Amino acid sequence: MTAACPACVVAPDAPRLAAEAAGEVVHLSLPGIHCAACIAGVEQVLGALPSVRAARVNLGRRRARVVLAPGAELAPALSALEAAGYDARELDEAALEPGDPAARMILARIAVAGFAMMNVMALSVAVWSGADDATRALFHWAAAAIALPALAFAAVPFFTSAWSALRARRLNMDVPIALAIALAGASSLIETIRDAGADTWFDAALSLTFFLLAGRYLDQRARATARSAAAELTALELPRATRLDDDRPVRVAVAELMPGDRIALAAGARAPVDGIAEGPARLDRSALTGEADPARIAPGDLVCAGEAVLDAPLILRATARAEDSTLRRLAALVEIAETGRHRYQGWADWAARLYAPLVHGLSAVAFLAWWAATGSVGTAIAVATAVLIITCPCALGLAVPAVTASMTGRLFRAGVLLKSATALERLAEVDTILLDKTGTLTSGRLTTPDLDPAAASVALALARGSDHPVSRAAAAALAGHAPAPLTALREVPSEGMHGLWDGAPVFLGRGPQGTELRLPDRTLPLDMREELRPGAVEAVAALTAQGHVIHLVTGDHARRAAALAARLGLEEVHAGVAPEQKAALVAELSRQGARVLMVGDGINDAAALATAHASLAPATALDAARVAADGVLLAPDLRALPETLATARCAARRIRQNLAIAAAYNLVAIPVALAGLAGPLAAAIAMSTSSVSVVLNAVRR
Amino acid sequence: MNVLIILIPVSVALGALGLAACIWTLRHGQYEDLEGDAARVLLDKPPPDGEEGDAPKGGV
Repeated sequence: MTAACPACVVAPDAPRLAAEAAGEVVHLSLPGIHCAACIAGVEQVLGALPSVRAARVNLGRRRARVVLAPGAELAPALSALEAAGYDARELDEAALEPGDPAARMILARIAVAGFAMMNVMALSVAVWSGADDATRALFHWAAAAIALPALAFAAVPFFTSAWSALRARRLNMDVPIALAIALAGASSLIETIRDAGADTWFDAALSLTFFLLAGRYLDQRARATARSAAAELTALELPRATRLDDDRPVRVAVAELMPGDRIALAAGARAPVDGIAEGPARLDRSALTGEADPARIAPGDLVCAGEAVLDAPLILRATARAEDSTLRRLAALVEIAETGRHRYQGWADWAARLYAPLVHGLSAVAFLAWWAATGSVGTAIAVATAVLIITCPCALGLAVPAVTASMTGRLFRAGVLLKSATALERLAEVDTILLDKTGTLTSGRLTTPDLDPAAASVALALARGSDHPVSRAAAAALAGHAPAPLTALREVPSEGMHGLWDGAPVFLGRGPQGTELRLPDRTLPLDMREELRPGAVEAVAALTAQGHVIHLVTGDHARRAAALAARLGLEEVHAGVAPEQKAALVAELSRQGARVLMVGDGINDAAALATAHASLAPATALDAARVAADGVLLAPDLRALPETLATARCAARRIRQNLAIAAAYNLVAIPVALAGLAGPLAAAIAMSTSSVSVVLNAVRR
Repeated sequence: MNVLIILIPVSVALGALGLAACIWTLRHGQYEDLEGDAARVLLDKPPPDGEEGDAPKGGV
């Protein structure tokens, strides 16, 4: 952008608006960014591209908002970011929600309640320190003038929630809260009008509102984050496909594809719908079956949605719409399995269920007892109000949301997105972990052992001469080298490739100890190994150290599973497991009393993910797996896994501590209030100290 | 104690000023990306969307 136009300098938003008017706005997910340098890096990379008009990173959401030049494609921006070392994925605009107006409304209510609380508290100090007569009346009236309108605005969420609960003939946490606020406001107003020198509760009602709104805001934000995580996961799904209309490629939304459409798939692309292949191809079916070896198909064979085409473009004739495709049908099954998990009851629900009847019972008892003892309705109401206010769940309302908010924030910074509100508590209870192999522990690619340049170039030249899966994989793994000039290349079926290198015979193929490369002067073993995800070894070691039992479970064949288990030091291996068997294994372990965490990425894991007590999926997982899982590991590094479990356990500990702190305060305060000894000053002190202590306990390291 | 007639409104007005400022920040989206804004003060260059004047299009 230039500042050649003076109006732009005067109105700094003008160029941005002009740029946006001309181009398409896309959102990117940037799971790897974490600091100021990342912001600068991403924005500079994007800003340097001619196809990008404007870019702004939101570090908190790990997203970037990009305005493209008219008609420009996003692909160059993604590859530029990748080249600069930033992992970036496009998000589906339609699936993302705009900003959260509910959270902003609560912030506004907190601001009003906080302002009124401070002012009324200042006025109350004067009353507590002994103002009387006209001065006290003046202070009371001033406090009423500030408190009543502020309460009328700030406490609305509690009144509406309590009212809807009462209308449904239920009791919820908000009924005693609304009752306490209304009673405190009304009785204080009556005291002010009568000017009888009794206590007023304006400051208590306001601080009650303030602390509870803070808890409600944290809760709301945690829910919004979980919701937007779910939306972000939906948005990550491939939204578009290339359809051939009379051999002319057109980009269309996947939802618009109809049976009979011809779809062009680039090498490496996933089939968006079920279809029939028009040419021969090799498919990566690992997402559906867990098998790492590519499958070969002939023209006319069926390709299922979610399978990826390897190394050559393919034209697919669609046989089903997106919502009828295999992938979606599996996703629908997952949703059914998942409903069972919603019955899990969190700590907060448990506390609330216990709490509401207790408080009502106590204040009713206080009212009746004092009425019977003194015969004065006024005194009885005053004591009942004091009991309601003192026992009101400031600390209780903050205890759980403060911990959840602080811990999910910590996890998000570590690259873990949780989309279920109770996921943290369920993760804390996990004692057995089921790890999927392909795509979770391994990246799904094969690697060769390290070779010197000469050997590598000969191996590459030999591998390129064959169509065998192992040769293909070796050729792909060695693609960085230059092939050596070989002559007399010939393939001997079920043996390997022979050739001549400077007149000397060389060979790549089956040897006595597996695949080997024979050079004129030496013989090298060429074991194709599955490439581990970064941090896999450390993650398994850390999880074992935390005391978890780890199982490896895969649809791949036993030999490869055993090799990988040996590398990671795992003992429990289940190979050749079909998708239903994975879920059955989870169910069996649960029956034996284990709390199972399933970690997997494929369609074949989805049912197991939904059955398990808690589940996580890597960000590279297919849609159905991400939908079924409680959370997603955004970072490619698997070390986030033990960290997540440690954080979850820490969170569960803090929640229990906080509930204990809140209960301890109430244990002291309730007898005092029942005895009629709790004045506004005692209420103010008890309320603030208990709330502040649970928040501090939640945020400490 | 007549001074209270002036002091109470003054203190309330000062508080209201803070409240107004708070609501203003809320309306201008200053709570959308707290983490990012905290990091941005460390940057020399404004973002390349011309938002803060004439940002040069920097290379990598």
